[in-house]
Amino acid sequence: MKVEEICSVLNGELVCSSDRNSHEVTYAFASDLMSDVLTINCNNLLLITGLANLQTIRTAEMSDINCILFVRNKSVTPEMKNLAEELGMTLITCPSTMFRASGELYRAGMKPLF
Amino acid sequence: MAMSFEYKVTGGDFTRAGYASSQVKKMLKQLGVDNTVIKRVVVCLYEAEVNIVAHAWDGVISVDLNTDSIFLKLTDNGPGIANIEQAMQKGYSTASPEVREMGFGAGMGLPNISANADRFVINSEPGKGTTLEITINLNSNAV
Repeated sequence: MKVEEICSVLNGELVCSSDRNSHEVTYAFASDLMSDVLTINCNNLLLITGLANLQTIRTAEMSDINCILFVRNKSVTPEMKNLAEELGMTLITCPSTMFRASGELYRAGMKPLF
Repeated sequence: MAMSFEYKVTGGDFTRAGYASSQVKKMLKQLGVDNTVIKRVVVCLYEAEVNIVAHAWDGVISVDLNTDSIFLKLTDNGPGIANIEQAMQKGYSTASPEVREMGFGAGMGLPNISANADRFVINSEPGKGTTLEITINLNSNAV
């Protein structure tokens, strides 16, 4: 699923993207627990989270995750955005809850990891 | 190929947590190390780095890159771990609410390191600090 489709499905806002809307992800994983994210071994993954801080970006970096969706209207701080841009990550924010965002994306064809 | 690097870590500084892991990841990529190995190294290192930030006063990370393995040693000055067996159990944690707000402190860090390492040794002296020794072979897949 392309980033622009994710934004469209969830009424989301693209905060930053190194490769604009051509970025595409196949799988999604939803968690606020970063140690949980670090156990995932998958490429081409969208991280859906309500945890918005620098460690979210760092965790994604270590997990080779290039696209993060922040739910519940969480704010991306300038420091988070700067780091994400430096790492070439795509950040999206949306007003939905994690449950709703996950459900809408699943209905639109996003695949679960397992 | 034999290279050594050292990074200092400050306890409580969550804005810098992960910096050393990030630097190591960039360096391993530049050296052309296999992506699967890099991921295992940085997951181990990042979990351990966050542990120092979360629990200790300060610490040092040393990274030794050899022809057949990567050796990580993390030594901290901190409260130490009274019961290592208990600390290794999934779900056990003594993390503060601040650490949990950062998305950690669920008792998964040490088990996660153990799962990704080819060799993992932990020594601790309560009241003094903890040392982790992590070895990851360049030609193996432990996970």
